Amino acid sequence: MLITCPYCGPRDVSEFTYQGEAGRTRPDPASTDRAAWDGYVYDRLNPAGEHSEYWQHSGGCRAHLLVKRNTLTHEIASVAFAREDQRIHSAGRRGKGARP
Amino acid sequence: MAEPLSPLQPVWQPGRHGNLSGGAGVVLSETHPSSIVQVAAWAGSERAVIEAIREATGLAVPDGAGGGVATRTKAAFGIAPGRFLVVDQAEGLETELRSRIDAGTGSVTGLSHGRTAIRVDGPKAEWVLSKLFAVDFSLTALPVGSGVATQHHDVLAQIQRSAAMRFDLYVFRSLARSFWTTLCHSAEDVGYEVI
Ligand SMILES: [Zn+2]
Repeated sequence: MLITCPYCGPRDVSEFTYQGEAGRTRPDPASTDRAAWDGYVYDRLNPAGEHSEYWQHSGGCRAHLLVKRNTLTHEIASVAFAREDQRIHSAGRRGKGARP
Repeated sequence: MAEPLSPLQPVWQPGRHGNLSGGAGVVLSETHPSSIVQVAAWAGSERAVIEAIREATGLAVPDGAGGGVATRTKAAFGIAPGRFLVVDQAEGLETELRSRIDAGTGSVTGLSHGRTAIRVDGPKAEWVLSKLFAVDFSLTALPVGSGVATQHHDVLAQIQRSAAMRFDLYVFRSLARSFWTTLCHSAEDVGYEVI
């Protein structure tokens, strides 16, 4: 599998570190809402199909990336710098972990 | 003046080795730069940092991923978004850069003690490096002066093409002896000379 890093270009997957599902919002650190923390820590969408996920180009430029990958085919639809993803910060999942 | 010590010393074997039927395909050496410095620009300060590198070294780093420039004694190239490796055979580069890059513009990290600089030079340089790294070393993909950040297994390497058939590799000092040994093995089939 090749991931095309926006800085480095196409690189072998062995240069990257998987960092899990993108779009989860960490509850306020002062929150004692157990359901919110439980959702954040444990709930995942786990789709059979397109999946938004974080990878780090740990064996290259070390940038954190947002990758859209099909979990059935491993086809990669897009790669962007994670810091440029505004959707993550505005996602309306606060308090519900990964549950859509 | 600090006296540099090489981590490669116990495995350093000057001379010609391997299959020399076609001559030595590569010449391997250590370049011993006295200054190896990483510079990072905060978002939006990239151009200011490139200008500071130019003022400190005289090197005009082209904007763009992996862009760089190398002279006989100095080198600079992009290793990540807004990050550059800057190298000088002379001491004092870290101080020069630090005086031009304040904390609001970026960061300057001295790595002179933490990296070993290895040169792979010769007509088979691309061939030998391609065994170790999964990147395209062709002249069109990696023009003279430009660089890549990559790894061989878990040994991170920042590599600059400093001439058409010459590459300068910066690897962690603590892993340099192991990497050097692997590099020598990889060059056996084309013959290599250690100078
Ligand atoms: Zn990268």
